[in-house]
Amino acid sequence: MSDLFGLNRHVVLPGPLRLDGGGELAPVEIGYETYGTLNPDASNAILLCHALTGDQHVASDHPITGKAGWWTRMVGPGKPLDTDRFCVICPNVIGSCMGSSGPESRAQDGSHWGMRFPVITIRDMVRAQALLLDHLGVARLYAVVGGSMGGMQALSWAATYPERVASAVVIAATARHSAQNIAFHEVGRQAIMADPNWRGGDYHGADKAPDAGLAVARMAAHITYLSEQGLTEKFGRRLQDRDVKTFGFDADFQVESYLRHQGLSFTDRFDANSYLYITRAMDYFDLAEEHGGHLANAFRGSDTRFCLISFDTDWLYPTAESRSIVHALNAAGAPVSFVELSAPFGHDSFLLNVPELDRVVGGFLKAGGL
Amino acid sequence: MLRPDLAIIANNVAAGTRVLDVGCGDGALMAVLRDEKQVDARGMELDRGNVSECVARGLSVIQGDADTDLSDYPEGAFDYAILSQTLQTTMRPDLVLEQLLRIGRKAFVSFPNFAHWQVRLSLLWGGRMPVTRLLPMAWYETPNIHHVTIDDFRALVKERGITVEGAWFLSGDRLTSDAAANFRAEHAVFLLSRRAFSSPSKGGVILAIPPPALPPPPPPHR
Repeated sequence: MSDLFGLNRHVVLPGPLRLDGGGELAPVEIGYETYGTLNPDASNAILLCHALTGDQHVASDHPITGKAGWWTRMVGPGKPLDTDRFCVICPNVIGSCMGSSGPESRAQDGSHWGMRFPVITIRDMVRAQALLLDHLGVARLYAVVGGSMGGMQALSWAATYPERVASAVVIAATARHSAQNIAFHEVGRQAIMADPNWRGGDYHGADKAPDAGLAVARMAAHITYLSEQGLTEKFGRRLQDRDVKTFGFDADFQVESYLRHQGLSFTDRFDANSYLYITRAMDYFDLAEEHGGHLANAFRGSDTRFCLISFDTDWLYPTAESRSIVHALNAAGAPVSFVELSAPFGHDSFLLNVPELDRVVGGFLKAGGL
Repeated sequence: MLRPDLAIIANNVAAGTRVLDVGCGDGALMAVLRDEKQVDARGMELDRGNVSECVARGLSVIQGDADTDLSDYPEGAFDYAILSQTLQTTMRPDLVLEQLLRIGRKAFVSFPNFAHWQVRLSLLWGGRMPVTRLLPMAWYETPNIHHVTIDDFRALVKERGITVEGAWFLSGDRLTSDAAANFRAEHAVFLLSRRAFSSPSKGGVILAIPPPALPPPPPPHR
């Protein structure tokens, strides 16, 4: 029992996992972490879903970078996801590269999957998480919580397994990827595939990985996570370690230096092929399409309580996207709360210090009756 | 302690019903309806701080604007739609009223009466826009952009073919008679419906009599 819970867990489940794209995945590997203790009737489990390049190290140091977890401010004793009361389970999504099945993991022939890994969807990620919860003995979640792509998973959870989700917290998310969202992702994918080291995805175990391409993909994406106001306040037109422009193509501007650093350091901890697969899954996400073109149908008959939160400076998944989800939930008669919070950090606000976010999430979870 | 107009509404909402409180503020009425009458209460509120407050106390509240966001709700989704002290702050009170009666089978609407004698005196003798207990802000900063009197409101609902099922008038925190309510009442609460209303005596306003008990609520819309 005890080896099921804790930090740095890894499990190989037999599957098979039937995939939206038609194939099957078996076995299914999942890396995950849990925080807090599952109570005897397994009624206090919160599934926490991470974003595109996140992972299961939500409140523990990252094994590669050594940095603190990505949501330490929200997960812990007395925090909004209170680990004195709840058992927080955070799995690495399939397709990713931190212990779950993905292009970097090994297929049954012992070699890396590479591009032989099947294209997956957000719902496939969710179904894999359901297998993990079965394994852990969690029939029904007290709540599913996620921001950005994590919010998409939370929505998909509520639509796919309504009877298994008491509450859903959906932060800075969308029910479908817009043309603009897909466009930015395509820039990133093309940057990776244009890197000669990508070699059709067959670089695992080789000397060189497509780091330059992946870094550019990250740089482009990173811009979409920030607000113009945030960039201006942080960097303006200030120069990097110099007093005058060099009339060359070095990183003269601080913002250039910052983006280059973000891009490069990202390649230390993330796999380029995983980036392709996960961005594809996000682009394919359209919850209404999965339900006859009507988003409300995704939630009809659901008993799940919903809490949606957007940020006023988020232009990646703007408030209008959350509102259209709220509209659908109202049409379906589901209990829903929604608030647009004010924060200067753009889409990244959900990861940063926004005290109002803590208050809303904490209050909503507390009111779930545990 | 609920505000007096909210207490009237709370007393007259049937138990176990579905309610939408538009402009729910900090959720005081919703909390009472939920805790004391097992009402399935939902709220809409413009102010982000109030919404956070409501969500933090476990209420289902969405940030929204009565003028634009009521159209999101399906027809007949609620037994009651409530609009307390908000009508006079909307851009188009008449359209908001129509939306309330589209979403709710019945609607409670409360508002401060701009024809109260103190308001009249203030305007008549002072020649200035009144600043009173219920209208505490100066003309340039007040959110009350559509001042309305009880008689104005009666005329509007009559013109729109809306039935008044109940009306309560408050002077201070006390109920007052409907005789000369337009002069004596600081504040009015109306219960409205689109249903044809047949009364054995006469149509029109029934003073301070609770509305007839509602039939059992329909099954939740799920």
